[in-house]
Amino acid sequence: MGAGRPFQVIPTIRVERLALARGGRTLFSGVSFEAASGAYVEVRGANGAGKTSLLRALAGFLKPEAGAIAFDGVEEPALTLHLLGHRDGLKSSIRGLSHVRYWSGLLGDGHGAVEAALVRVGLARIADLPARMLSQGQARRLSLARLLVAPRALWLLDEPVAGLDAAGKTLVADLIAAHRGLGGTVIAAAHEPIGPEPTHVVELVRA
Amino acid sequence: MTLLAIFRREFALAWSAGGGAAAPVGFFLGATTLLPLAMGPERALLQAAGPPLVWVAAALAALMTLERLFQADLEDGSLDQLFLSPAPLELIVLVKGAALWLAVGLPLALAGAPAAVLLQAPSDAVPAIVLSLGLGMAAFIGLGLVGAAVTAGIRRGGVLIALIVLPFFAPPIIFGAAVAEDGFGPAFLILTGIAFASAALGPIAAAAALRLQAE
Repeated sequence: MGAGRPFQVIPTIRVERLALARGGRTLFSGVSFEAASGAYVEVRGANGAGKTSLLRALAGFLKPEAGAIAFDGVEEPALTLHLLGHRDGLKSSIRGLSHVRYWSGLLGDGHGAVEAALVRVGLARIADLPARMLSQGQARRLSLARLLVAPRALWLLDEPVAGLDAAGKTLVADLIAAHRGLGGTVIAAAHEPIGPEPTHVVELVRA
Repeated sequence: MTLLAIFRREFALAWSAGGGAAAPVGFFLGATTLLPLAMGPERALLQAAGPPLVWVAAALAALMTLERLFQADLEDGSLDQLFLSPAPLELIVLVKGAALWLAVGLPLALAGAPAAVLLQAPSDAVPAIVLSLGLGMAAFIGLGLVGAAVTAGIRRGGVLIALIVLPFFAPPIIFGAAVAEDGFGPAFLILTGIAFASAALGPIAAAAALRLQAE
């Protein structure tokens, strides 16, 4: 299994009365929740409700308009989390295998189990293809390998099953379960339930 | 380890189909080959006009590489991953610049040798010209990183990059063109200082600009 090592730190994420604004308009306000080790939080809401913005705020990319996001017991939150967005961060001319090696070096210690991760996401046989040859679902699977080669406690997943087939959806559910089993935390944005029973559901309503 | 991984990827990207490191070097070679043809065979004219034209061609070639440097990363989401790396963003940007220098700057500096010969430079001035072009490319790239970072979120930001960075290209061009006559004199030393200062300070300013692009 890819994520076989324990995490250096497992933060408890506390979101208190959070409000986010994009382009001068408030997306939502008064959102509070807490996610500790092993939690699975599902963020739901209509298109444009601010699911992606919430995840990007948790990653530290967006400043809250009001309220606070705290990572208890962690000095640098950015080093304890993975963000899997709808933009996959793939370079069309670079091979799948090279992507995973790069992520292992960029985000981890460079000794991540690259081949094992590619096997886990079902891309071992086409790891030598450049990213432009991959289908949408395969590209998403390749991004999932990033979660495995650099062990980090918090996974922020933005529509993780978009574009995936039934086997891919099962894969995501299994990865989430395995990650929680190791003490990790998952916060996922989704239109519809991804599979695992959430410990908490955050419903975003446009302000 | 982290920085090595970034360097390898950036270098590979610069030479892959999308990156196009060959284009600026080809542009530089093409421009410096056509100049003597357009200007005629008069030796004194070529010797006088050669160094400035070589440096203008080098500056414009450097400009070509900058537009997509951070824009591509911003669009495809790779920039987000850079923010999550344990390596400081300033160092990551420095490594990106270094990879670009090795992929584009160094070949272009070497292409300065045939260009100098075509433009009737005395043969003993060629080593100084090649070295000064290498330093000049470091200065152009260091300064250009800032322009590329500031305009990363703007579509067709190439014109804006040119407006932002070309004024800052003036000092390396002035002292670089003087090296052709001066050899390893004061102009070369000043150019060296400019190159190191740009390569050291550019990434810091560029990283600050990139952080603003995060949202």
